[in-house]
This record gives sequence, structure tokens and C-alpha cells, in this order.
Amino acid sequence: MSYRRPYRGTQPDYLFPPYASTVKRAPSHALVLLPHTLSELSAPVFGYGDIKPTDGDLTKQHKADPQGERIVVSGRVLDENGRALPGILIEIWQANAAGRYNHRVDQHDAPIDPNFTGAGRALTDAEGRYRFVTIRPGEYPWRNHHNAWRPAHIHFSLFGPAIVTRLITQMYFPGDPLLEYDPMFTCVPDEKARNRLVSVFDWETTMPEFALGYRFDIVLRGREATPMENRR
Amino acid sequence: MSLRASTSQTIGPYLRIGLEWMVIEDLAPQGVAGERVRIEGRVLDADGRPVNDAAVEIWQANSHGKYASPEDKQDKPLEKGFRGYGRSLTDDAGAFRFRTVKPGPVPGPDGKPQAPHVTVTIFMRGLLKQLQTRIYFPDEPANASDPLLTLVPAERRATLIAARRGDGVLEWNVLLQGKNETVFFDF
Repeated sequence: MSYRRPYRGTQPDYLFPPYASTVKRAPSHALVLLPHTLSELSAPVFGYGDIKPTDGDLTKQHKADPQGERIVVSGRVLDENGRALPGILIEIWQANAAGRYNHRVDQHDAPIDPNFTGAGRALTDAEGRYRFVTIRPGEYPWRNHHNAWRPAHIHFSLFGPAIVTRLITQMYFPGDPLLEYDPMFTCVPDEKARNRLVSVFDWETTMPEFALGYRFDIVLRGREATPMENRR
Repeated sequence: MSLRASTSQTIGPYLRIGLEWMVIEDLAPQGVAGERVRIEGRVLDADGRPVNDAAVEIWQANSHGKYASPEDKQDKPLEKGFRGYGRSLTDDAGAFRFRTVKPGPVPGPDGKPQAPHVTVTIFMRGLLKQLQTRIYFPDEPANASDPLLTLVPAERRATLIAARRGDGVLEWNVLLQGKNETVFFDF
């Protein structure tokens, strides 16, 4: 029993010099191929005892409403075999509407919003669905290269059924003109894989008089078909 | 139906905002059986500089060699309150730390026991996808025949084995590059 290896080009390499920080941090030796044992095939289990129901609404964590455009971000978590994954812990974090993180390292000259921490948690339901209410994050500059700007994004962290399905990724917004200049986005060789990081505007989850909806489905690694299924 | 796994992206420099709420550096509350161990180390880049924005996550079996996971069907005891998952976010010295129990042996690919080990997943700014590695224990005869450790070139195996310091702490460092670069697994 093991999980599928990534399809060619769908995952970035460790070293991608246009993203300067990879140069001193990417391992230089070849990785050692690891067979999947129980240690890799198992993973911690999380439940409703770990999070609060309100953790999914990033606009209701302080006394007043945060600044910015309210949005609903929702989707499904599936595995590569198309199976919905229930009970998956999702952690998200993001900049505020002005493109500023509530973090000591962020020195960007944009206002901190005292009513926005920018962190949320949710568990997927029986159909693998999750939902967050938040603020559309702002773009912001970084010092990777001259005039470098990150496209608007939300960081996503997911635990799956196995250690080898652990995933940290970023969700982008449709039509963002900064995407093609962003080395974190362009580091993914496969164009289709790259574009799956971009959420889609969604009428169905858009709430009248309240907030636009964006859908972002996430696929975690799936188990290999058994040898018997391969033969069919 | 066949889908393709979503692409990994870097955790970025602001990981604390999202991950700090669930820092777990003490994995074994009272009542959990086993030899108490402290595992501490630092994450260092190619120049030996501390990485102060890494998340180090561990996953391990209890002292009986049982994981707190539905994937583990072994008939072995599992204490309430033992989850086996830890998360430490590195400080300005690049340091992380865990207090836990030494895990028991768990079955390997052919059903034979593996040497006691802790599975490690590492994220940081500048890393476009996680690094996967393992911590093995010093003075452990089973290391010599461990099915995974023996896949690693002999001269690099020491990077996966913690060293016992004078104060009893097990020290295990993550070197991202260089002569003693830690062995990372293609998982």
C-alpha cells in the first residue's frame, strides 16, 4: 500500500533561483526514495474538540468588523481518486485588505487592522466541504527582486489521512495581473497545475447583499490503485 | 475518477499567524507510558545561519509502537491523551524542541519491525514544498538493520541519528546544505 508519486511538473523543485530564498535552503543532495510504511501511511486525527465553530469566520474575531471586502471562500477536499475527505483540518492565514500581515516581520508601510488577525480554521464535513468567511487580502511588495509584488493570496495548510498527504499551498484570485510575475506561482512547471491554485468566482456561494463567493477545491495525494485494478 | 494532487506552495515568512495556535512541544502528558525524552535542535541554512521561520512537525508511535491513527490496526495499547503529533516553530536561534516518549518499534514494509523513529516534516520560507526526514535514537541496536536507514548511504546515516548531550537531551539538527547535510526523503 502506498500513495501515488506526483505527476511530472505538477510540483515545484526545491531549487528555483528566481525565488531567491530557495538558493540557501534547498537541499543539494538527491533525496532518498522512501517506501511508505505505517509511519508515512498514518497521520494525526483532528476533530471538533480542536477548533471552535467561529474559527471559520475571520471577520468576527474582534469587537468590530475588519476593513475591506468581505468574501466567502469554500470548496471541497478530495483525494486523487475523487474520494471526498471528511474531517480534514484546514488552517488558513493571510494579509489584511491593505496587504499587511499582523506579524512583527512585516514592515510594509500599510495599516494594521486591529479588527483582523488573518487566521482561521475549519474541518471538512462528510462530503469534504469547507467554508470560510474572510476579507479579500491585499497585494503587497516583497524584496525578492526589483518592484516585486505578491498577488493576493490566502495560505492553506491541510492534514490528510497520511503524513505523505500533508499539504501547504496558497490560493490565488482569478484575473490577478501579478500572477505571471510571481516566482512562487511560476515555479510550478505544469501550467494546468499552476492554474488549479487560482480560485474561481462562484455565483452559487455568493451571498446576496453580503459577500462574493470564491471556490477553491483541493486535491490531496491518493492511494495507488491495487495491482488487481491495474490489470483491468 | 482520477485527479491530480494540488501543488505545494511555500509556507512563507508569516507562518506564525496561521500555525501558532497549535504549537505542541509536549506530546506526552502524565499517564503516557514510556521513556521520557527531550529532543532539541536547530535548523541551519547553507551558510550555517539559523532559520527562524521554520515549522518542524513530528509524528510518532507511543512506547508500545502504536500510532493514534485509524490506519494503525495493530492490537497494542493506546493511552488516552497521546496523539503523537508535535509542532514547534523555530525561534531566532533556529531552535525547536519537543518533550515526548521514545516510540516503540512499528512494522516496516515487509512486516518486520523498524527501529524506533520519529517522522519529521519541515516547512519554511524559501522551501517550495516540505522536507520529510526521520529522527532515530542513539545506542539503538535496531538501527543497524532498519529497512529505511539501510537505504541511506552509510556515510550519511549519522545525520538521522540524534546525539545524546551531557544533559540528557537528544540533539538533532537540520542542516539544509553542506558536507553534513541532513538526509531528506523523497516520499
